[in-house]
Amino acid sequence: MSILVYIEHAEGKVKKTSLEAVSFANKLAAQTGEGDVIAVALGTVDSAELASVGKAGAAKVLHADDSRLTDGVIQAHASAVAQAFTAIGTKTLVLAKSSLGDAVAARLAIKLNAGLVSNVVELPNTSNGYVVKRSIYTGKAFAETTITTDNKILAVKKNAVDLKTDGGDAIVEKLSVNLSDSDFASKIITTERATGEILLPEADIVVSGGRGLKGPENWGMIEDLAKTLGAATGCSKPVSDIGWRPHHEHVGQTGVKVAPTLYVAVGISGAIQHLAGVNSSKCIVVINKDPEAPFFKAADYGIVGDAFEVIPKLTEALKAEL
Amino acid sequence: MKILVCITHVPDTTSKIQFTANNTKFDTAGVQFIIGPYDDYALARAVELRDQTGGTLTAINVGEVETEPTLRKSLAIGADDAIRVNSFPKDSFFVAKQIAHYAKEGGYDLILMGRESIDFNGGMVHGMVGELLGMPSFSPVMKLEVEGTTVKMAREIEGGKEMLEAKLPLIAGCQEPIAEWKIPNMRGIMSARTKPLKVVEPVTDETQAAASSYQLPPAKGSVKLIDKDNVAELVKLLKNEAKVL
Repeated sequence: MSILVYIEHAEGKVKKTSLEAVSFANKLAAQTGEGDVIAVALGTVDSAELASVGKAGAAKVLHADDSRLTDGVIQAHASAVAQAFTAIGTKTLVLAKSSLGDAVAARLAIKLNAGLVSNVVELPNTSNGYVVKRSIYTGKAFAETTITTDNKILAVKKNAVDLKTDGGDAIVEKLSVNLSDSDFASKIITTERATGEILLPEADIVVSGGRGLKGPENWGMIEDLAKTLGAATGCSKPVSDIGWRPHHEHVGQTGVKVAPTLYVAVGISGAIQHLAGVNSSKCIVVINKDPEAPFFKAADYGIVGDAFEVIPKLTEALKAEL
Repeated sequence: MKILVCITHVPDTTSKIQFTANNTKFDTAGVQFIIGPYDDYALARAVELRDQTGGTLTAINVGEVETEPTLRKSLAIGADDAIRVNSFPKDSFFVAKQIAHYAKEGGYDLILMGRESIDFNGGMVHGMVGELLGMPSFSPVMKLEVEGTTVKMAREIEGGKEMLEAKLPLIAGCQEPIAEWKIPNMRGIMSARTKPLKVVEPVTDETQAAASSYQLPPAKGSVKLIDKDNVAELVKLLKNEAKVL
């Protein structure tokens, strides 16, 4: 029996978080003996791009090449993935936690009568039952949850496993799905997406700025540092509340929760609500002129100093090294 | 229009998270409970929509008796009546089943809730209720306008948003900036005491993925401070020690 992975794509590229989900499924299949990994992709996307999903560990990609599915219409995506699930006769669906993935997974849980666990941080323990470890309290704790249904859905948090990159090409097969008008009853009118940038929820490195930067006109140095590191930019809640930066850059308890390998916080004091959004980061660097800033307690490395002096120097030092 | 808003009873965002009973129970000692911040946005928008379009606003919570002050607060903020499903919220599936049952019974046109609870962060209940009731579900919704039976929404996606149109009835998981949080005034607090709060029993005990034990993350080592005039040292450490570059 295979494991199914629902993969997402944007602007012609399969999302990196989806490739992580494929890598996760690949390891899970090896652990449970469930056989190979089959991905399902919806909407218009290049076959060669889908074949490359094999690198992350998929043997096959089922492609429902219906242009109405290119946009993430939630109901239609849920119907299509449910049909793929039934068609291949699997019991396990893996996907990356995302805006669309969460919305689709919840509907699938009911459609497939499948126990759903979200924010999964590691491979399940299948030695006795099916115990899944998930992040809770916005990263402040973990829970072990036991799935009691035959069908299972795991929505995987970023960095739960290392990305596999050494697989071969996957076979791409057309999948025909039956969709009704009611699946498309809601209409996506327009989509606005920051283009050409590294997206914050998916970034491996994040550079965030806080009120210590004194104004939106000073974000140039944050962007320079981010560009040098190949990082996405984020900000604290006060910064997005006063409109210095757009809401989708707000990192924290009620904003985007990030899990990068490196998080650099500049001029952010480190309120507990901000820490909740970053505590899954592998390494945290804090730059703040106040040595008492609570963020230093959560940091791996820190520099006590004025951002306006330190950041340009750091960017230069990185340019020299990288 | 009949609106239902789902309220979670969760620890304040500044709470220290601890567990008790051999790591099988959340330790409520010294913890302040609040309306989930995302539910607070949903509630605020629901009050505005009720006031604009007329109709009624019911708040629902799945929880034991200690959640009643939180539910009363939603009445003080503006809900007309409340339902408490008398049970510990065992998992998302369990909660969704209760809400779907009572939502169907009440015949609501619009069901709003937070995009996720801030205790379990699942973000699943809106989609599950939607599928159970055969209604479309949307989340995370950051803007929601109702014009007759048409609902115009903005849904946040990675790095941006999409503008959507759908028809009532529907379900939305909400987040900022859908509305400004409302603070109850004295009149609201007084009237909340006498507004109806109905206690009902769960319609099923079924769960699919309940939590059995909890863990705290390992303690963080202390920060390594680097002199501000020696940033090259930081670059070296990130490269060679942390190996993140």
